[in-house]
Amino acid sequence: MKKHKRQNSFIALCVAPATLLFFIFMVYPTIDVFRMSFFERGAYSPTENYVGLQNFGVLIKDTRFIVACQNTIFLIVAVTIVTFALALFFAACLTREKVRGNSIFRVVFYIPNILSVVVISGVFSAIYDTKNGLLNSLLSIFSGKAVSVLWKSEELVVISIAIAMVWQAIGYYMVMYMASMSAVPESLYESAGLDGADKLTQFFNITLPLIWTNIRTTLTFFIISTINMAFLFVKAMTSGGPNGASEVVLSFMYGQKDAGLYGYSMAAGVVIFLFSFALSALVNKATEREVLQY
Amino acid sequence: MNSNKLFKTFVYICLLLLAISILVPVAWVFLASVKENKEFYGNPWSLPQGFYFKNFLDAWNKAGMGEYMLNSVIVTATALVLLLVIALPAAYCLARFNFRGRNILNTAFAAGLFINVNYIVVPIFLMLKDGDTFLKNLFGGGFLLNNLFVLALVYASTALPFTIYLLRSYFVSLPFEFEEAGYIDGASYFKTMVKIIFPMARPSIITVILFNFLSFWNEYIVSLTLLSAAGGSKTLPVGLINLMQGQQAKAQYGVMYAGLVLVMLPTLILYVAVQKKLTEGMTVGGVKG
Repeated sequence: MKKHKRQNSFIALCVAPATLLFFIFMVYPTIDVFRMSFFERGAYSPTENYVGLQNFGVLIKDTRFIVACQNTIFLIVAVTIVTFALALFFAACLTREKVRGNSIFRVVFYIPNILSVVVISGVFSAIYDTKNGLLNSLLSIFSGKAVSVLWKSEELVVISIAIAMVWQAIGYYMVMYMASMSAVPESLYESAGLDGADKLTQFFNITLPLIWTNIRTTLTFFIISTINMAFLFVKAMTSGGPNGASEVVLSFMYGQKDAGLYGYSMAAGVVIFLFSFALSALVNKATEREVLQY
Repeated sequence: MNSNKLFKTFVYICLLLLAISILVPVAWVFLASVKENKEFYGNPWSLPQGFYFKNFLDAWNKAGMGEYMLNSVIVTATALVLLLVIALPAAYCLARFNFRGRNILNTAFAAGLFINVNYIVVPIFLMLKDGDTFLKNLFGGGFLLNNLFVLALVYASTALPFTIYLLRSYFVSLPFEFEEAGYIDGASYFKTMVKIIFPMARPSIITVILFNFLSFWNEYIVSLTLLSAAGGSKTLPVGLINLMQGQQAKAQYGVMYAGLVLVMLPTLILYVAVQKKLTEGMTVGGVKG
């Protein structure tokens, strides 16, 4: 009996601090996002007024918010597809092909992942600069005439951000897939090769199905992380400009907080919460396959 | 056989292109950080004419990057210590003991993996702001916002789900004989945990430290929000944003690139030292916030 009591107090002592902090800094703020979206609260008027769904009513008519939603969806789709295609391609190259300098490539590709998004935005401001940027000067050299593309103009800015995001993410996911691909037994490829299956067939019929579980998990987390990374890149690279052309939902939410419209900001927060949960549930369902063993 | 060779060439070209697209811009920033300001108006591919170290001195002293570096070191170190002290015992108990509420807690922490701190940064800010107003009425001054320790506490708290998930999955895999041996020798629960179990978890603990070091060191949204006082203390990435915005207006590129180098150098050095552990460790975790 005494032992039982000692054990219980030991467990309580170990678990309590983590539980307490988790509730204060994660659970409570999450609930607060939903609660505050029904209230009106400003930076200089600390009182809260219940306004029902009014914040959402304004939100769906806000053109800046609609642009932000479109940009978020575009970035999720484009960045996910390109990153996964490239990460899988490079992972397959480095595990299946006997490439010289294999480990050097792996080390180099992972570098962008350890840099702060602020640093990456600085690097890309050197690349995208209109007059003296690396990209324009490279294009000038190859085309033979002076090129001065405005990479951060209203038309191109979202694509420029997408490129930076892919650049940052490839290495991480490549290393992830290299680990699971190297676990696929060599004998499967050997027998497929004897049957005359070429590399592309091997990739789609052996590699992809066997690492599917890994792809599925990473895909769900990648989508959530892309919503967040898009915000980090936009905030550091463009602050949503020019003219709100590169705004994403989270940067819109943060901008409304800076403008002092806390309730309105949280209505956008609710949208992003529900959207990301719905999307990951959808992806999880859509990618469901029979788990293959080897 | 010929098509095979062609494919191999194609693979090498792709690999080299990606490697160049990563190495060249990063190397360019390093070179640009020792260029004089007038060198930025010519051909961007020209090498620096000299080693203009004054950029670094200006960034360190005038732009305050030295002070911000110290702040970042303090915040990152404090957050890491807090995180380990809080997460290790919790993960251990959640993995090794059966108690009431264990399943609920496990589910709650797992759900926390899906909540990104940037989704909830505004309510956290308002909570601390309200706390400050309350303290001001009570004692005449608040200390929750613009406080490096509170920032570190928020970092540690929001890293709990990932850290507990990672450590717990390791603790679950251990056989129970280790603890039984400890108890037979008369060691207390606490002593068994600290002296027997934690030393075995060293590889997982190192993974936790590496990943959280990078995420705390590079983080800037929460830091920007919670350390908002004009002229108050800032962390390195936020200082860099200010430097980038300020220097572009004043067109002093050299100092800006020196600032960039100052922020990325510590992470690059760490990466070179431990890159093998880092890329091996991530497959243990499998997820990233």
